[in-house]
Amino acid sequence: MTRVNKTESIEQSRRQFLVGSVSAGLVMAFAPAFTRYGSLLASEKIEQKLFSPTIWFQIDTQGDILVNVIRAEMGQHVGTALARIVADELGADWNRVHFKHVDTDPKWGYMVTGGSWSVFQSYLPMSQAGAAGREAIIEAGAALLGVKPERCKTRESQVVCGNKSIDFAEVVKRGKIDKTYSAEALAKFKPKKPAQRHLIAKPGKALDIPPKTNGEARYGIDVELEGMVYARPLVPPTRYGSVVKNVDDSRAKKVKGYLGYEVLKDPSEVLQGWVTVLADTYYGAIKAADQLKVQYQKGDTANVSEDDLIAEGEKLVADKSAGALFVEHGDIDAAAQQAASSLEGRYRTASALHFALEPVNATVEFKDGICHVYTGNQWQSLFLPVVAKSVGLSEDKVIIHQHYLGGGFGRRLAGDYMLPAALTAKAVNKPVKLVFTREDDSRFDCIRSPSVQHFWAYWDSKQKLQGIEHAAAAGWPTKTMAPAFLIDGVDGKGKIDTFSISGADHWYTLPNHRVRAINNPLAQKTFVPGWLRAVGPGWIGWGVESFMDEVAHKQNADPVAFRLSLLDAKGKNAGKAPEAVGGAKRLAHVLKEVKKQSGWGRKLPDNEGLGVAVAGGQERTMPTWSACVAHVKVNRDNGQVTVKKLTTVMDCGTVVHPDGALAQTEGAMLWGLSLALHEGTRIKNGQVEDNNLNTYSPLRMKDVPELDIRFVENTEFPVGLGEPGLIAVAPAIGNAIFNAVGARVRDLPITADAVKAAMKS
Amino acid sequence: MTTLTLNGKKVSTDAPPDTPLLWVIRDEFNLKGTKFGCGIAMCGACTVHLNGSPIRSCSMPLSAAEGGDVRTIEGLENSHPLQQAWVEQQVPQCGYCQSGQIMQAAALLANKASPSDDDIVQQMSGNLCRCMAYVRIKSAIKQAASQTDGTVQVYDPNRAAVVGVTGQITEQEVG
Repeated sequence: MTRVNKTESIEQSRRQFLVGSVSAGLVMAFAPAFTRYGSLLASEKIEQKLFSPTIWFQIDTQGDILVNVIRAEMGQHVGTALARIVADELGADWNRVHFKHVDTDPKWGYMVTGGSWSVFQSYLPMSQAGAAGREAIIEAGAALLGVKPERCKTRESQVVCGNKSIDFAEVVKRGKIDKTYSAEALAKFKPKKPAQRHLIAKPGKALDIPPKTNGEARYGIDVELEGMVYARPLVPPTRYGSVVKNVDDSRAKKVKGYLGYEVLKDPSEVLQGWVTVLADTYYGAIKAADQLKVQYQKGDTANVSEDDLIAEGEKLVADKSAGALFVEHGDIDAAAQQAASSLEGRYRTASALHFALEPVNATVEFKDGICHVYTGNQWQSLFLPVVAKSVGLSEDKVIIHQHYLGGGFGRRLAGDYMLPAALTAKAVNKPVKLVFTREDDSRFDCIRSPSVQHFWAYWDSKQKLQGIEHAAAAGWPTKTMAPAFLIDGVDGKGKIDTFSISGADHWYTLPNHRVRAINNPLAQKTFVPGWLRAVGPGWIGWGVESFMDEVAHKQNADPVAFRLSLLDAKGKNAGKAPEAVGGAKRLAHVLKEVKKQSGWGRKLPDNEGLGVAVAGGQERTMPTWSACVAHVKVNRDNGQVTVKKLTTVMDCGTVVHPDGALAQTEGAMLWGLSLALHEGTRIKNGQVEDNNLNTYSPLRMKDVPELDIRFVENTEFPVGLGEPGLIAVAPAIGNAIFNAVGARVRDLPITADAVKAAMKS
Repeated sequence: MTTLTLNGKKVSTDAPPDTPLLWVIRDEFNLKGTKFGCGIAMCGACTVHLNGSPIRSCSMPLSAAEGGDVRTIEGLENSHPLQQAWVEQQVPQCGYCQSGQIMQAAALLANKASPSDDDIVQQMSGNLCRCMAYVRIKSAIKQAASQTDGTVQVYDPNRAAVVGVTGQITEQEVG
């Protein structure tokens, strides 16, 4: 994330912001700060197309405002959130605001939608662009009204001065606007004060919702191109090292509309041993692929099992020389040597699927030397170069056209599914729409890696907690897909995927604390580990917050009081401006609030319990403070767990789009519940064992508990919200099970059998 | 050749009779609102009405729809109370499953104008929402049901008609 931010800020510092009248209306755009065109007016630069401006938004002569959005829409209503930031600063009438998701033209800069970063990263630049637009419109509007600009403000798309006003449309039609802001000038605009806002933090409807209720919304799978044929891929038996030895299509030839097959040669080596089957309908391609007989030479992970992966992880966490240090605070070795007592805990999570409901797909056409890819994707900037390498074109000859995503959840951060479509389209020299079946999609998923964590806690002779050592081993998404984003360990002994260890650097103050991040090499070569909603904290939090509970119980302390005692906001946990003002104090605050809200400590019927957990969001540099209490009921006879209620208090700073924030948190919490009790698969023979809903069973409506979600109202810097609601749910449930029946569960998903077994022991 | 009524219009196709209805609806008649999710009738994204009953079009062969009356999300013509409730309650996130959710819920309301919570849960638990927008799906169904009285009627899938919001019945052309 640090790198993404850096790239963006460098790009922005080299640019100037132009507000200029052109024939179509008023355009507000970033442009490179070319000195040789320095004497030209903003409008001339835009009109004469001396460069390709990055148009952030424009107002036409009817007063309609169009905001361009670089982020992918996958259910988070991000276009609405970002457009509201601009519109609020402009003083625009929300009913006249629209937005568009743009393609991968390089002028847009780095394109990624993940990490719950969108609002966090875009808040300031979008606010500043909106404020600059407001200033320019006020100046032009004031001139038309014959008043001084200082006396004017904007409201509901009007420039207003006392009882005089003029609509933005009139200003755009009649006014002549030419303003150029340097990066420094732009930076001087501060976001509006909360009392002056009319959209941010106010109720409002998401603009992408109506077309999602009548069948009009267009996803990647809905794309149709003139003359296209359909394709289905055959996913080879191993992710790496599969080789196609022979293909027999004699039976496929009997399928109506069968058009042949292609054995793909992929210079990017992402696809190894792939065959695609073509037909004039998609059902024809499904049937023909079923009839195709392919002989493979399998790669060397063909027999790897989930047990093998977990055993490898357990070996690694036990080896104190394995991995690189992510946190090294104090001297944990000394604390261990001097300890009067200690506690260990080992937590594991099983492989989990993304199971985005729209199976991955892409439609590709080569036209006039350009490879056009039509799909829904979260990280275009990561996979566009891979597509280019794969089809043998330079990066400027590949354009990804963005569509709605039928679920992202991190699956579509990887764009690997574009490659078989692109290679097949290239081979047959026709537009190709390639769709994975559900089973193909699951087998090709970049799953959440199985993981193993081990903790050691040490107390001195006065029963004072001296420190915690933590080791976590898993397959690392970033290592395979974006190795440039790995960071150095603090001990300089190797690289770390922060996305697979974030959350271990929690906000508890401990005298001594060490965290070892360990890559599981067997996982790395068996499958492509993926970023799954909440990523590292999504499974790291399971270990951290379950173990914190075990430590509290060992001290005979109340789990809430114990946590509060460590959330003292001292030292590195004091937090810093702008994004972490208050530090651990804000985490303590949400914990106190959830304690009240959930009725913590009240008497419950037999076999019921409350459990608590907290989380600091996706990363320390963007903390979203949350605390969750789960209320569970356990059936003592069979170990079945029923979650009766989940109570959560979140502090994400300014809530830009309140209803969207609530929707994201509802979804994220139910994801947390689903991963805790309902989901999970196993690697068998090198691939996932469960590939469809007959055996993989995400949460359904009948499994939904009562939800009580509250947001702390404040005006702090807005941080991410798409994922953090997930993190604390599973450990809160595990801790509640312990409080209900005394059974400590340490594996996700939590099975009835495991609860029963833990009750006995 | 298979002939059926699709959203009130008689249509025919020479797609192989074993082709799932889903692909004929989507790719031949270009009604993209009905979605492909699991292919084994377990997610509900492909739900349409056949002769008034909700069916999973991904697993229903075209031949089973011969002479039948098929209605898709597009056939609700944006005038079903559920569609307004879906917007009011801000239900969809990614939106991919929502056509199927709405068609499933429309069939429920057509048979039972005031469903209980249990009725809703039972009828809707076969429809997966991967964004887990279940809380809002439920509240939107309740809202639509509460507004269903003499003046705002639910779509009756047994009739080739769309019931207007003022209770006026607009007969659609059939054939």
